[in-house]
Amino acid sequence: MAPVIELDRLVVRLGGRVVLDGLTGALSGRAIGLLGPNGAGKSTLLNTLLGFHAPESGTARIFGQAVGEAKALRRLIGYMPENDAFISHLTGVRFVRYMAELAGLPPEPALERAHEAFFYVGLGEARYRKLGTYSLGMKQLAKLAQAIAHGPKLLLLDEPTNGLDPPARLRMIRLIREIRDAGQMHIVISSHLLRDVEECCEEVLILKDGRVAALVDLEAERRANRKFVELETLGADDAFASAIEGLGCECAVYPNGAGLSRVKVVLPEAVEMRELFRVAASHDVQVRRMNYRRDSLEDIFLAAMKEEGGPRGGL
Amino acid sequence: MAVYKRAYRPYEGALTRERTRFLVMPRYALREVFESRLLVGFLALCFAPVLVQAAIVYVGNSPAAKALLGITPDADRQGLFVIGAEFFHAFFVAQGVLAFFLTAWVAPVLVAPDLVNGALPLYLSRPFSRADYVLGKAAVLFILLSGITWVPGLAVFGLQAGLAGPGWVATNYRSAVAILAGALVWIAVLTLLGLAISAWVRWRLVASGALFAIFFAGTAFGEIWRAAVRDSWGRLANLSYMVELVWRNLFALDLPRTLAQEMLDDRRVADPPVWAAWLALSSVCAACLWLLSRRLKAREVVR
Repeated sequence: MAPVIELDRLVVRLGGRVVLDGLTGALSGRAIGLLGPNGAGKSTLLNTLLGFHAPESGTARIFGQAVGEAKALRRLIGYMPENDAFISHLTGVRFVRYMAELAGLPPEPALERAHEAFFYVGLGEARYRKLGTYSLGMKQLAKLAQAIAHGPKLLLLDEPTNGLDPPARLRMIRLIREIRDAGQMHIVISSHLLRDVEECCEEVLILKDGRVAALVDLEAERRANRKFVELETLGADDAFASAIEGLGCECAVYPNGAGLSRVKVVLPEAVEMRELFRVAASHDVQVRRMNYRRDSLEDIFLAAMKEEGGPRGGL
Repeated sequence: MAVYKRAYRPYEGALTRERTRFLVMPRYALREVFESRLLVGFLALCFAPVLVQAAIVYVGNSPAAKALLGITPDADRQGLFVIGAEFFHAFFVAQGVLAFFLTAWVAPVLVAPDLVNGALPLYLSRPFSRADYVLGKAAVLFILLSGITWVPGLAVFGLQAGLAGPGWVATNYRSAVAILAGALVWIAVLTLLGLAISAWVRWRLVASGALFAIFFAGTAFGEIWRAAVRDSWGRLANLSYMVELVWRNLFALDLPRTLAQEMLDDRRVADPPVWAAWLALSSVCAACLWLLSRRLKAREVVR
């Protein structure tokens, strides 16, 4: 897949301080997460992609276009800022229509799409209320509506769940996943909340002190980690191990006391978990416990924060 | 697609022209402006001098009307019905004052709310530059101020031209140029000042007060300077004075005394040259543009 975002030794200096320090990498997932602690440079990277900050050196490209060509590039982008950003005296639908018109839509289609966007984010009933009367969660959704109304190819979401209560957060995450799964646009989510990124993204760029700490293909990680299964069994013997290996798996059996055995299995992609249960049943082996532990994004993130050397993830 | 169908679809229709896209802003802003009855009332009031002037033009060109009203050349010693540069200039001063009040009313709400509500990143994340933003906001004031200055001014000039004939136009065409050029100068100064103040002062009343303060402080400074140094160069800080100098120059009014002498009855102090007035006004406009460029950024960089 062609990269959505390409960074090549990107350096951004703000207020005399280097905020992004030689970022290099290519991001091509449909949903890309930007992770990092506060001050890592996530928002600065988004602002640089939008052309708000000029790179001191290096380049950043979106869909192959350099970010210096800001106007041409912004046609393709929808942006949901982190902080409150609205025009309080306008009604919701008028605000989104206004923003769509500024993005280049003629008045009629802009109005139509403003209504659609409001229904899409679930604010249909509140679209004639003034934005100043919206709750925080509603304002976040209105910001999302204005970001998608003009039909961008890339959606930049800066801390989209900021300040939301749990139900509102779930609704926002569900919406982002729906947009991702619809396949019409790429999404970049900047967040310091691991769970948000883990639930929505396929690829994650982890930043630390303005540098790339890790670039992780979450989908590949998930697939890779699904292969590890640890079973606690009663009655496992060599014949059971051979049968498991007959499925194409790597298998090791360790005694675990009291007649129990610990069986470690590395599953190839083609083998389903239920195959293990079928083999266990046919060999009269009881599976007492199964530990399906995968490397969570939290583990990856913490490891990246500890690493002082080069970035992980093939950069 | 019906709005109740919750699905996202990309937009594949036509886009508006990029060059004229800034006009979206005045369309929305003017609609809000005209939602205020008070402001609509004030705008209507701004046309009162125009109506008076149109009536004078009509009477001045109609012997029947003059006879009906009993206006004889002896009765018109003030030259009220003599239509020329002085007549249009007087009208222009009145409309200029109204334009200032209108700016003080409208300008503070143009930029400040966007800054307070953090809306600038929303504008600037679109194919919409900072120059487009300023142009769009300035267009709001330009349209409103044009509506009460050069548009009615030229309409009255056209009425007079129609009634008096081509001979009058040949000798007074400069007044039409002066109405247009003078109004554009005044609109440019007011618009840029209004936007710059709105960008730096977040509260509406304070912003309106600041606009008045700039004019009054400039006047005070100029007069203190004149009294202390015995020359008029301090009056370059007096914007209304500078604009009046430019207007008089544009209308080619042959003044028996300098404006300074006329206003202050001070025969020892001469007006600053007109080029200095132009320079002062240009400097104010440049300073306002600089202030706007400093303030209107999608992201503030905290040092």
